[in-house]
Formats: sequence, C-alpha cells, structure tokens
Amino acid sequence: MKPGRRRHAALAMLLSLACHQVLAAGDAEPDAGAAARGALIYERCAACHALETDRTGPRHCGLVGRRAGSVPGFDYSPAMRQSKIIWTAANLDRFLKAPLAMVPGTAMGYDGIKDQRERRDLLAYLAKAGQGARCRAVPAAAGPPAARPMAHQRPAR
Amino acid sequence: MTTLIKLEEISHAVPRRAFLTRSGLLLSGTAVALLSGRDALAAKSGKGAESDLRILNTALGAELEAIAAYQVGAESGLLQKPVLDLAVSFQGHHKQHADLLYKTITQLGGKPMAARDKYVFPVETLKNQTDVLRFAASLEKGAVSAYLGAIPVFGNRDLSKAAGSILGDEAMHWAILRNAVGDVPVPDAFVA
Repeated sequence: MKPGRRRHAALAMLLSLACHQVLAAGDAEPDAGAAARGALIYERCAACHALETDRTGPRHCGLVGRRAGSVPGFDYSPAMRQSKIIWTAANLDRFLKAPLAMVPGTAMGYDGIKDQRERRDLLAYLAKAGQGARCRAVPAAAGPPAARPMAHQRPAR
Repeated sequence: MTTLIKLEEISHAVPRRAFLTRSGLLLSGTAVALLSGRDALAAKSGKGAESDLRILNTALGAELEAIAAYQVGAESGLLQKPVLDLAVSFQGHHKQHADLLYKTITQLGGKPMAARDKYVFPVETLKNQTDVLRFAASLEKGAVSAYLGAIPVFGNRDLSKAAGSILGDEAMHWAILRNAVGDVPVPDAFVA
C-alpha cells in the first residue's frame, strides 16, 4: 500500500474507533446533526480551550485517545499529570459530566455538562474535529503550530 | 434596521470621563466584601480552600488571555472608533477582573499565575472589524460559560458571588459585541 493510502486508511480506522467510542458514551447513536450541535456546545469552552493551540487549557486536537496530561509544554495540574487517564470517549464523558469528581485537583474548576445528550454531541464534535483539516495540520507530539505570537499587557497591580 | 442599539448610542451613553470615574479605581460591593480580611481569613481556613485557589487561578489565566486578545484587536488596525474605544473599555474590565483575582489569590495564601510571555491567537482568520468582534464575542461567551461552571464548585460562597458579578459583566460584553456585528444581542433566555 502506498504511504498516502496507508495514511488515509489509518485515519479512517481512527475515525471509526472514535465514533464507536462516542457511541459507547451515550445510550443512543449520535444522529447526523450531533457534531453540528456539539460545535455549538464547544463554544462554551472558548474562554480556555481551542482546537489547535494551547490556551488556559490544553489544545483539543488529538484529544480522543490521548493520555491525560501529555501535551508537550503544557503546564498541567499535578492531579491531571498523574491521573494516568486515557481520553477514551467513555472517560471524556465521565470527565465532562463532573471534572472535579473524576480528577480531584484538576485546574478545570467547572461544574460539568450534566445533560447526557449535550455530552454526546460535544464528543461527536471533538471526534469529528479531531480528524478534520484544522487538526491534521497540528503536529501530533510537538508544540503548538506556528502562529504569530502576540504581545500582551500585564494587568496593573 | 438590523440592530436594536446603535454603537454611536452606546458610545455616547457612557462618556469616557464618566467611565473612568465609575470604574477606574472603585471596586464593586462584591469585590470589597471579597477582599475584606475577615472573608479572606474564613476562606483560608474553610473547606475546599485549595480547590478554590485552583479555580481562581484558572479564572485569572483566562482573564489574562482575554486582556491579551483585546490587545491584539486594539493593535490590529482593524477596529475603527467608536468600536475601538469599546474594545479598550472591555479590556479595562478584564484588567480589573484579573487584578481582583490576583489580589484575592494572594490574600488567600495562594500564588497567582503570571501572564505568559506570549499568547497564540488565530490572527490569520481576522481580516476585518467584524472578524475581530466575532472572535472577541466567542471569548466572552466562553467566559460566561466558564464562570457559570465555576459558581457551583467554589467552597466559599463569597467567591461564587464574586464570580457571578464577573459573569454579569462578561455577559454584557458578549451581548454588546453580538449587537455590534448585527446578531441578536441576547439569543436565549438562559446561558449555558
């Protein structure tokens, strides 16, 4: 098999696995609109997270299947770094429902998304976005993608 | 008419001098209560104090990032007055939030996180004023959700109250920014 085809086959398998895991996280199969609805739910995360870059929270490209606390260069809480969690869809579902209950000591001081359908939609979005063009451009195990760094001002103290 | 409130009206409704007088160095009642020594002492010894400090530090990190994002917008050359003044005033609010969070973390015995040396924003997608405002609106919406999610998990209810105070401010930013780009300013009866 040519390298290009091999890559596509691997991506297809990963996407299949991700979808299967998303399915396992909820009672019902995500419908065709799940990822689109999940994109709207993902807007809630925008103060701290982005797909391609580390922000106050780590980037989400490559999240599904990643070991918790493993994005190079990101300053995780000790609790997250030592959690040994693999971000399967089931674990993500559990974490999103109640982050502080699953990982006491996490810096994600957030009550959680209590609605199961919302979590399922969000996971469908994360799985789909993780295989999309924006995430394919992000190196899997390197620092954040090259982007123009911007100046900031420290707040007056 | 595509908007309910014109930006010119917003700009004239709050003259710069009045803005500075009202918000420059005055803290809200919530902030004063939060920063009082008695509250700090109670929170320091209270249950969940370490968790509260982590939440406050995460909020501080997000506020510092918001300040940096508005700085990018202000320096982009894409914002025209009075929108530029609006963005700078919102950045000023975030500076006040960050300052309050910094002081509170210190008072509670924690170590406030510092601003990063650099922040990365999707500047390649910001081509005009509307793009900048939509990006700012997305951050403000996220901030509303973040504070909403933090309120129930604070051990100290004074901190929940302070977070609610900041949430209200972020929600106003979000609505004004939506309005500025012609979106319905308040799309729903509830935020999530």
